[in-house]
Amino acid sequence: MFTPEQGEDGPAPLSSAPPCTALLAAESLRVFRGDRLVLNEISLTLCAGEAMLLTGPNGAGKSTLLRVLAGLRRPDAGALLWCGTPIAEDTAAHASRVAYLGHQDALKPSLSVRENLSLFLTPTGPTLTQALSAVDLLDLADLPARLLSAGQKRRAALARVLLANAPLWLLDEPSLGLDANAITLLGHAITQHRAQGGMVIATTHVPLPLEAVRHLALPATPEHLAPLWDDLADDTWPDQTGATA
Amino acid sequence: MTRLFCAIVLRDLKLALRHGADTLGAVLFFILTGTLFPLALGPSPELLRHMAPGIIWVCALLAALLPLDRLFGAELEDGSLDQLLLLGLPAPLVALAKMTAHWLTTGLPLLIAAIPLAIMLGLPAGSLPILLAGLLLGSMVLSLTGGMGASIVLGARRGGVLLPLLVLPLITPALIFGAAAIDAASTGLPWGPDLELLGAFLAGALPLCPLAAGAGLRAAVE
Repeated sequence: MFTPEQGEDGPAPLSSAPPCTALLAAESLRVFRGDRLVLNEISLTLCAGEAMLLTGPNGAGKSTLLRVLAGLRRPDAGALLWCGTPIAEDTAAHASRVAYLGHQDALKPSLSVRENLSLFLTPTGPTLTQALSAVDLLDLADLPARLLSAGQKRRAALARVLLANAPLWLLDEPSLGLDANAITLLGHAITQHRAQGGMVIATTHVPLPLEAVRHLALPATPEHLAPLWDDLADDTWPDQTGATA
Repeated sequence: MTRLFCAIVLRDLKLALRHGADTLGAVLFFILTGTLFPLALGPSPELLRHMAPGIIWVCALLAALLPLDRLFGAELEDGSLDQLLLLGLPAPLVALAKMTAHWLTTGLPLLIAAIPLAIMLGLPAGSLPILLAGLLLGSMVLSLTGGMGASIVLGARRGGVLLPLLVLPLITPALIFGAAAIDAASTGLPWGPDLELLGAFLAGALPLCPLAAGAGLRAAVE
């Protein structure tokens, strides 16, 4: 029932769905940004313990897809299901199933790392000390976030993902600014999360230390619209004609 | 849910303490604009006493507007708004927590600062409790309506300019009843109905404004 739709003009379908009950299923998602169709007929399923890498050129809609899956943005068409129930029915419940790492690290410069993250503690999840030591940030926990380097801030943001204790991790460029050591730690954290039945969807441009990962390639522009743009005069759609080239 | 709500309020209070200058800014603006009136209108005690309720109310409204555009703006810019909305707390409650923090860091200090300003302008001592009662209700209404306005203009260009244009018309009933209550008290008329109307306004704003603000926040992160 949750196998990806294999429409004629949809994106390349995923490898055949494994025999499991899909926890997360997206069916024919469509998202417009302004007048532009960023995601067209995107379908995916994810089962417990699976990881998926979203690949595609800049502007292909990878971040948008992650925000849709997080429930931050409503898809303009298509269905998004968790265990067969539409997530739009209860966005607050879906929010507690999701740990989202965005482009920005969402740290307040004047608060210490500990104060920044204490809001995201959950009664059942790991403690602050556990989360911070998992990303090797315990020594800097009491420093104001403004004193951290870009990579250290990224690690603090990753600690927040750990704290959320959520089954689904949505990571937007998680390795941005991380050194080799921190990328290894990230790999460990993801492996552990998957071993406990967690799921990961990540966008990346650099290889991540992940095993048995599925790939979903997003096309640069929705295919059936490309010929349409070719017919248009250059001055009508100056930004999109470049994208179709 | 209560735990998360309190955690957001506490985090905002901590942030307000760290940025003490920003927090005090609104109070200093309130006192400063209040002291400009005697300089501009002349030092006639009778005139100032007559105008004191209006001066205090208008200055308090304008001062409370100052930190509003950063209320959600700062959260949107650094990506914190996404994380707040993904806490598992419904968006209206996230908005209500931020509005509560705004009242605690702006409304409450203004309420305290209104006492010296009222004495300076020569407001009769008997009217002072009524002024404070009115301001207490009025500042809560302003935090609610202002928070709603701030979430609606979130992400708009020049949102800071748009915000007072949106909020000040909505808040005029509170201003009218608040100032009328003090006028009534100083002329010996019953001031109860005016405060009751203010309370009714607050009772309406308390459920409605967070709902609208929650929708505004959801739209802003899309």
